[in-house]
Amino acid sequence: MDKEQNASCDRRGFLRGSSAIAGATAAGVLLPTHFAFGQQAKIKVGLMLPSTGTFAALGAAITNGFKLAIDERGGKLGGREIEYFLVDDESNPAKAPENTNKLVQRDKVDVVIGTVHSGVVMGMAKVLKDSGTLWINPNGGAGAMTGPLCAPNFFRSSFSNWQTTHALGKVLKAKGHKNAVFITWKYAAGEEMLEGFKEGFEKEGGKLTHELFVPFPQVEFQALLTEIASIKPDAVVAFFAGGGAAKFLKDYQAAGLKGKIPLYGAGFLTDGVLEAVGDAAEGVETTLHYADGLNTKKDNAFRLAYAKTYKLQPDVYAVQGYDAGQLLVAGLEAVKGDIGNKVGVIKAMEAAKIDSPRGQWTLSKAHNPVQDMYLRKVVGKENKVQGVAWKALADPARGCKA
Amino acid sequence: MDLAFFLIQLLNGLQYGLLLFLVASGLTLIFGIMGIINLAHGSFYMVGAYLAWSLSSLTGSLSAAIALAIPLTVVLGMGLERLLFRHLYQRDHLYQVLLTYGLILVFEELRSLIWGDDVHGVAVPELLNYSIPLTENLSYPVYRLAISTVCLLLAFGLYFLIQRTRLGMMIRAGASNREMVQSLGIDIKLIYTLVFALGIALAAFAGMINAPLSSVFPNMGGGVLIICFVVVVIGGIGSVKGALIASLAIGLAETFGQVLVPEISGMIVYVLMAIVLVWRPQGLFGRA
Repeated sequence: MDKEQNASCDRRGFLRGSSAIAGATAAGVLLPTHFAFGQQAKIKVGLMLPSTGTFAALGAAITNGFKLAIDERGGKLGGREIEYFLVDDESNPAKAPENTNKLVQRDKVDVVIGTVHSGVVMGMAKVLKDSGTLWINPNGGAGAMTGPLCAPNFFRSSFSNWQTTHALGKVLKAKGHKNAVFITWKYAAGEEMLEGFKEGFEKEGGKLTHELFVPFPQVEFQALLTEIASIKPDAVVAFFAGGGAAKFLKDYQAAGLKGKIPLYGAGFLTDGVLEAVGDAAEGVETTLHYADGLNTKKDNAFRLAYAKTYKLQPDVYAVQGYDAGQLLVAGLEAVKGDIGNKVGVIKAMEAAKIDSPRGQWTLSKAHNPVQDMYLRKVVGKENKVQGVAWKALADPARGCKA
Repeated sequence: MDLAFFLIQLLNGLQYGLLLFLVASGLTLIFGIMGIINLAHGSFYMVGAYLAWSLSSLTGSLSAAIALAIPLTVVLGMGLERLLFRHLYQRDHLYQVLLTYGLILVFEELRSLIWGDDVHGVAVPELLNYSIPLTENLSYPVYRLAISTVCLLLAFGLYFLIQRTRLGMMIRAGASNREMVQSLGIDIKLIYTLVFALGIALAAFAGMINAPLSSVFPNMGGGVLIICFVVVVIGGIGSVKGALIASLAIGLAETFGQVLVPEISGMIVYVLMAIVLVWRPQGLFGRA
């Protein structure tokens, strides 16, 4: 009996033991390897930015800013090493899906950072919506990304085009301007900025009397400057960027309009061109989410660290790259580097309070920064901060259903 | 639009047209007269602008910069003709397209290495740095008027050279039958080298004197390239007069288009080109 019992006990014991082992094989053995993977495998970060062409300098500033944020945490994300994959998007919208797929399908990256050009952003959105890859956009302000196309894995650390001009309505009202004309390139970003301004200005009782468009990327403004002189508005609001902005500012002065009809703009009008335009931009007021002379502890520390590391002065693009890095750090530290836990990463990023050089910001439901818009004035070679034009401005995210 | 503003817009249109002629003049010579497709025309324009910027910041004067830069661009043009273009005259146009497209990429990369990717401004020469008041709030920059004068001089000079001189005759003859000209004892190789270099220098010169107006920035040549081809095509291959009239027509169409029909101003030039090509496929003054 005892023997039998023992035997049966043994048999049961053996069965129990073997099922335990089987269970261990099923769960235990797999779990440790998965865990070991988590400890050793690097997090793959894909940087899809322009490294050639008109926006090459912007791509470099974003990359520098991003890496600075990661390096400040010891070069790791949630304790895991990082492997970078680089793709030059050439600011070419036609190649955007192909370039995005290089990162998503060939390199199998965990997160994509990119890009500058709004048209390329739209191409990336198509691919990344399908793949579900985590995406942080450090510049391109196309409204659709955090509007009709918004998705749980889409994040932006920069601005929406609408945000950059919306606060100007209040500014113009405060200066006593009752009507204005808006002049920009006829393309998506220009039209979105026009809408942002129009909405803000009309809410304040102002009237946008004329919408003037120059074909993109033309820089012959003489006809429309003459038109402005004949309209005689209280104020002119403009959006151009880069070489076009430099030429517009100089032509506005040469046409004798400067000092007669005050000029305002989205911050990009006077960013990165002040060396080129001499005194043509002096006194021009713009709104943007970053400015010179903020003089906060965080901004000073950032500017010093950036200048030390790269021997360059940071700009708004560097800040946006830096904040893309900070946002990713916040997401991955919350899950201790377990990038497989995408829901956890997204939740942590949504809840993050980013301590940015531009001031603290959080994310809207559509994952666009809710941030202070500064009023800046060109003084010498700086876009000097004049104050906050709009505290915690959120993009309306029209059409976002996610 | 009252009369005063109509006249100012007319001036704007003519002035812009002359500017277009200036920018397209190098292409008129190389593509229009010599029959070589040069997609890198915009790159030479850009090189001119960057030379004007870097040399004028060195010397402190735009005129000195231009005087220094023109010989440089002539040498550049002669070198390129000797090394590259010369071997493609007898080949299909596609080879020229490939070569000059390659040159665009090379020049952009060189520009990035040598001068960087920033936007730069060139100061208007002190002598011309003022504006003439036209209405209570609008004035006209004198530098623009000065450029217009230069453009007119250039147009007449070029016309005279091509249509009225012996050299011009040889150039035109060379374009239509190279072997025949050579067998008549004319050193067509040398003439081609010189005329090609002149075309490059003109493209660069346009970039130089336009630099104070347009600023200097990466890819600036890409924007002018297409409009230059439109000028030459509307004007008619081989005609300096055609290029001038086409430039003025485009300038006026763009200016009044932006003011009167802003919704379609981006396509007006191309509609104009389409109409001309349907009506006269060889261009306004091209040989049938």
